[in-house]
Amino acid sequence: MFLFLSGDPTLCLLIAATLMALSGVPGLVLHNPVLSQRIATFLFIIAALLGESAVVALLSGYPGAVYQIDWPLPFGQVLISVDHLSTLFLLPLFLVSGCVSVYSLAYWPAREKANAGKLTLFMGLFAASMVMVLMARHGVLFLVAWEVMALSGYFLLTTEQRNSDVQRVGIIYLIATHTGTMALFVTFSLLCGTSGTFLFPAFHSLSQTLPVASVVILTALFGFGGKAGLMPLHFWLPGAHANAPSHVSAMMSGLMLKMGVYGILRTLSFFDGFPVWLGWVIILLGAWSAINGITLAAGQRDLKRLLACSSIENIGIIFIGIGLALVGLQMQTPYLVVCGLFGAFIHIINHALFKSLLFLGSGVLIHAAGTREIDLMGGLARRMPITSPLFLIGSLAICGLPPLNGFVGELFLYVGAITDGIVAPMPVAALVAPVLALVGGLAVITFVKLYGIIFLGTPRSDSATHAHEAPTTMTGPMILLAIACLAAGMAPLLLVNVVTPVVAYYGNLAPPVIAKITGQVPLMPLTIANILLITLIMLIGTLYLRRLRRLPRSQGSTWGCGFLEPTARMQYTGTSFSEMVVNLLEAIVAPKRRRPELAAFIPPVGSRFDYTITETVLDRILTPIFQWTGLAFSYLRRVQHGQINIYVLYIFATLFVLMFWKH
Amino acid sequence: MNLFADQLLVLVMLINLVMLGTSRLIFSIRAVAVQGVILGILPGLIHPFSTHLATITAVIILAKGVAIPYLINEAVRKAHIRREVEPFIGYVPTLLLGAVFTALSFVFAEQLPLAPEHKDLLFVPASIATLLTGFLLLTTRRKAISQVIGYLVMENGIFLFGLLLSEAMPFMVEAGALLDLLVGIFVMGIVINQISREFSSIDTSRLSALKEE
Repeated sequence: MFLFLSGDPTLCLLIAATLMALSGVPGLVLHNPVLSQRIATFLFIIAALLGESAVVALLSGYPGAVYQIDWPLPFGQVLISVDHLSTLFLLPLFLVSGCVSVYSLAYWPAREKANAGKLTLFMGLFAASMVMVLMARHGVLFLVAWEVMALSGYFLLTTEQRNSDVQRVGIIYLIATHTGTMALFVTFSLLCGTSGTFLFPAFHSLSQTLPVASVVILTALFGFGGKAGLMPLHFWLPGAHANAPSHVSAMMSGLMLKMGVYGILRTLSFFDGFPVWLGWVIILLGAWSAINGITLAAGQRDLKRLLACSSIENIGIIFIGIGLALVGLQMQTPYLVVCGLFGAFIHIINHALFKSLLFLGSGVLIHAAGTREIDLMGGLARRMPITSPLFLIGSLAICGLPPLNGFVGELFLYVGAITDGIVAPMPVAALVAPVLALVGGLAVITFVKLYGIIFLGTPRSDSATHAHEAPTTMTGPMILLAIACLAAGMAPLLLVNVVTPVVAYYGNLAPPVIAKITGQVPLMPLTIANILLITLIMLIGTLYLRRLRRLPRSQGSTWGCGFLEPTARMQYTGTSFSEMVVNLLEAIVAPKRRRPELAAFIPPVGSRFDYTITETVLDRILTPIFQWTGLAFSYLRRVQHGQINIYVLYIFATLFVLMFWKH
Repeated sequence: MNLFADQLLVLVMLINLVMLGTSRLIFSIRAVAVQGVILGILPGLIHPFSTHLATITAVIILAKGVAIPYLINEAVRKAHIRREVEPFIGYVPTLLLGAVFTALSFVFAEQLPLAPEHKDLLFVPASIATLLTGFLLLTTRRKAISQVIGYLVMENGIFLFGLLLSEAMPFMVEAGALLDLLVGIFVMGIVINQISREFSSIDTSRLSALKEE
């Protein structure tokens, strides 16, 4: 409908971006914060509908116009357009930001929170700048949009700026993002140096034999990889996602990380080929991120930190897919290209869906239980009958279990790797399959722990006992996301159809080739199996419930283990549940334990056992390095002594030196 | 005329040395006032008469010879101080340093690529010498008032250099520079008052207590 109004998807998207960018302005002008927040949400919904209709039009082959802006800055004219690659990222962007905006009405109500206006303003800018990042075809415009995104992300994440934790992670985020942007400056300057303009080079127009090609790709990998949260540049991510308001974390994890992935894909598309090592490096980085990320997640006790670490894992899986595709391109094996790209692209959409769902769910839980510690929750399934199944859907999806969407993306990667194992003379790429299996297994442990500790058992704290279900404005968006997850999982052909034009466009492959390879992936059997599975679950569930109703019942606490007076503290905690995994993977997680000296059978009163999961890159490498640097430069502080006379003397000395420099 | 101008410039340099050598603040202020008046007369000697020139002369004599010294005098009176005590470097060493700097400025001026009509005049060495004197006062003296005087002297040095260009320099620029100076003095006057109220002295070395640890 909206499309007919404007007649052009690109214009549609630009209007949507403008609406989102301006959505916070009423909050600045109007004196009624509640009304202005509603206006903002209304604008966001309009923008999301407009955007989605444009995305659908683009995916169905409707061409998008190219806009050229002659701006007065000295960087030449600017191009704005959309292609299939941008569309892939725009699809979840509008859906999730619309959901998040509705959610924020109840989660961060302007009636109670004074900083809601600020949050709304930056939320709009954040979403709009991401649209611009995806649509810019000019290095400078791209970097401007990128910076607006990074900075509004900073302001969003420091919403509760009085908290010292928030301040710390804010600074870390700022340092990380600007270090990345610095690398991107190099990338785009070099690209401008090669092509003579800041406009993006056409597809595959640059030769890989150019001397700067490797530098461009490496700096892009550094800059964009840092934003995507690829190991070892992920260190800003867990803290940032954990300390931001939950709907902001949903946007950051679901959408902003993907901008890094987009950046890398876009940069790679400029070149006609790649250095041989690149695909393998990306696979390795992806595998490293996936395994490390999920291991870190397994050990966490903080609900949102756990979800954040699992984002690293998912980004890793996406990068494994991209790496497979690159390897396939180098070795001229189309099945790797197709499976890798399908896997990565489908996972990009899926991760945006289920991770936003989970983060929104975490917001509901934090709202209800008043804490982020999962070891203080428990028994919430009974108290939150809507959130609980929604969270379960998200958890199952993120583990990559059928019948949910997470499985579809990984299925393609598995098929690619296994085909490689069968066909290739030296099946190195096949090693991806065991990595994925390991990651999947660890993910199941992690999310069984998460769901079990939070929702099952008995409440471990007072606030968890008095937890209550969230209002519909919060559960509604989650239901929408959960339905999307289910639909995409039940009908994987839907996802495949959405992604096929993107794969054809990006991989430069003919549709018959793609169809031939996707034909080998058991999608129809999967659909049938999914339907069977759901029917079976429903059938058994109904039978079980009916049987349960007939049988005599006794009340007791879960995991009471037959004690007469069980307490909530006797239950499994998240830490104890994951202890074995953490111990096995101690090299990655490196938990810090502080235990009392045991002299007798029973430790003395007041002894405590502390157990914290540390973060290797940040806590063991970067923080010490920064501290040493601070120490090493502390002598410079003597120069700043507060004696005005000596300050003037500095100027005097400089002048003197300059006067006699040449003479 | 040029001979007379040169003699006045020598006087300016001598006043520099006087300011370096004295410990009495009132005397310094008077010296700087005299220097200001000389600076006001100088443009009339080297450039042909015009209304532009007359205005500049009048304004400069008013500002540098009367208004600013008056303001500083008031500040000195209010803060109840008469002498600069315990400078970072003593009077005799600064006097000697001032002499050395004056000599050096002559050496330096020799080597500057100047226009031929400016070669023979003392303007450039005098301006550099005055500038350096101002710097010396700023760095060696402890009292805020002395530093204001040092700042003024430095500005005088810059003004001397600007005289060479007086024809080319639009009136607005000079007016702007003078306004800057006036505002600077005002601000410093306020700062001095605040310092003396806060620390019950106007010793700027106490300001180091404000530095971030």
